[in-house]
Amino acid sequence: MHQVLAPNSNRLIVKLVALVLGAFAFGCALVPFYTIICRVTGLNGKTEGVVSWAGGVTADLSRFVTVEFAGTTMQGLSWEFRPTTERITVHPGEITTTTFYARNPTNETLSGQAVPSVSPGWVAQYFKKIECFCFKQQQLQAGEERQMPLVFYVSPDLPVDVHEIALAYSFFPITKSR
Amino acid sequence: MTSATIVEPKDAHPGYPTGLRRWLVTTDHKDIGLLYMGFSAAMFFVAGMLALVFRAELAAPGVQFLQGSLYNQLVTLHGLAMVFAFIMPFATGLNNYLIPLMIGSPRTALPRLSKWGFWLLPLAVMVLLIPFFLQFFGVGDGASQASWTMDNTGLDMQSRLGVDFTIVAVYLFGISSIFGAFNVIVTVLTLRTPTMSLWSMPLFCWGWLVVAFLLLLVVPVLATAVGLLFADRHFGTHFFIASGGGDPILFQHLFWFFGHPEVYIVVLPAWAILPTILSAFSRKPIYGYKAQVYSYWAIAFLGSIVWGHHMLAQGLPLMENLYFMYATFSISVPTSVLIFCWIGTIWRGAMTFETPMLFALGAIVGMLIGGLSGVLIPDAGAYSQYHNTMYITGHFHYPFFGAAVLGMMATVYYYLPKMTGRMYNESLGRLHFWITAVSFNVTFLSMMMVGLAGMPRHVVDYAIKYADWNRVISVAAFVLGAAQLIFLYNVIQTIRGHGEKAADKPWEGAVGLEWTPSSPPPS
Repeated sequence: MHQVLAPNSNRLIVKLVALVLGAFAFGCALVPFYTIICRVTGLNGKTEGVVSWAGGVTADLSRFVTVEFAGTTMQGLSWEFRPTTERITVHPGEITTTTFYARNPTNETLSGQAVPSVSPGWVAQYFKKIECFCFKQQQLQAGEERQMPLVFYVSPDLPVDVHEIALAYSFFPITKSR
Repeated sequence: MTSATIVEPKDAHPGYPTGLRRWLVTTDHKDIGLLYMGFSAAMFFVAGMLALVFRAELAAPGVQFLQGSLYNQLVTLHGLAMVFAFIMPFATGLNNYLIPLMIGSPRTALPRLSKWGFWLLPLAVMVLLIPFFLQFFGVGDGASQASWTMDNTGLDMQSRLGVDFTIVAVYLFGISSIFGAFNVIVTVLTLRTPTMSLWSMPLFCWGWLVVAFLLLLVVPVLATAVGLLFADRHFGTHFFIASGGGDPILFQHLFWFFGHPEVYIVVLPAWAILPTILSAFSRKPIYGYKAQVYSYWAIAFLGSIVWGHHMLAQGLPLMENLYFMYATFSISVPTSVLIFCWIGTIWRGAMTFETPMLFALGAIVGMLIGGLSGVLIPDAGAYSQYHNTMYITGHFHYPFFGAAVLGMMATVYYYLPKMTGRMYNESLGRLHFWITAVSFNVTFLSMMMVGLAGMPRHVVDYAIKYADWNRVISVAAFVLGAAQLIFLYNVIQTIRGHGEKAADKPWEGAVGLEWTPSSPPPS
């Protein structure tokens, strides 16, 4: 008898349970939401995926942009990895090819995935890659070395006050089981 | 007639269980409250001793007796146990015991759920601690070393048993606190005595109502964060792994979306009880009742949209840093309202300084220093000096210990006569306060100083130039720990029936329904 709830309690409890489930769903929804926000605003400096070269972009010969490259490997991937050219000056809209050098000095086969980061972050949307070694995982046999191509252009829409862009790759190890 | 209006006669339970059975089968809100408080107080001493072990290590530069791995585990366990196994359940115990008395109800609305929440705690603590002990028997590599933020940026460090156990423990703690929050909301909204409107209930009920809603909203997000981390570790997903297209920063966003409101979950119950105690010992009504209630809601709302100030060094874009900086500064408005209301309450009052009042005043000072040292940190320009230094450690112990724990000690002293029917030893209480106040401030102010000088936190060794400060901190920390033994002795002696018999209303200036029943209240 004395454990009977007040009449309006059950509906309140149902609402509270719905609130908790809603909060959990909200937490899960934050994951795609975060990705979308980053893509729309270009906040985290991620470049878009492959851009197909359909022509129609004319180089803006009146301007120059300096693109600087950097490469690092993350803990767990003992490769040598660096850009073969550290800086290139290009015209916006001009298709440019450069390479990154990677060597696996260990005596086992290792796979890695390069993750790009452009700074300043908001410029990432103007950095177009036609071909990149970062589009798929790279596997190096023991002792193997490789020149990996990157073909890109800087969109002519780039605001005129940007004169320098830095592109950094971090090579992450890919392991079968973690 | 709703059940809220039925006041059970004292002889409603002729066969009320005694002994061990009483604690196992009880649905009495006071017994459940005492279970929560007893268990979490024990955890306070356990987690405190963990801190003293690594403070002993830090008393001198160099590595004395703790290897880096063990040191990291102790720091992590100290943080997790203090937050999840002590402060949060202790506040839940207080609400189980006090809210029904304050609103004139013989019980809480969901006592069995609340009890379930309690029995998850020992389980959660066991899960948390098991990997720590297993390492001494050669199983696994010890407890999590990732600090209480479960930081996953060093994924290699995470390839250990302890992180998985921590994730499971966090789930259990989270479910426990959600159950406790359900109980509070339904009790406060449905079981108030008919003449008590929401706007006339004690501030403690308001504070806990806000905390309960915060818990329901942010604990599930923590569950998401650690759940996805678990999936990354075992099910081959890449939510937080950059090489698979995920983002390590996302984990911090999710964690701190819970983590910053958590600060207010920890301090609000104590803030909400302070005005009651201040008013009792100033013999004046509470100043600014409505202003304080609105401040609680404002703090809860603002506290939920400022998490990025924990991530100012993570390379967020400038605009994001600026937003989090200004949003965080804005929280100092409602918190200042609270502090001014507390000062307004004691202003020109006929104050006496019994132990609860001393602790309440100490909590105001703790909050003041915590707030003033904290308002510097979200400054996006200055943050790089504070990032990951002992300054941060010193700062956040002010709201946690300085405001929340001192506030809860004030509450314990204030209600101990009501709970036990006996007065505690007043001189021991004052001794406890003064030693605690001095050693606490010496410990954590020194920590801020050495942090501003550049000493990083989470590191077992440090440069020689920080040695003097660290010796001071360690000595003060041991004094602080020892002072709590006075508290323990005093409380145990009171429970055992030493001390004068307490009147139903032992404090002259006390106001509220909780003083109506006898001391201790009938079961």
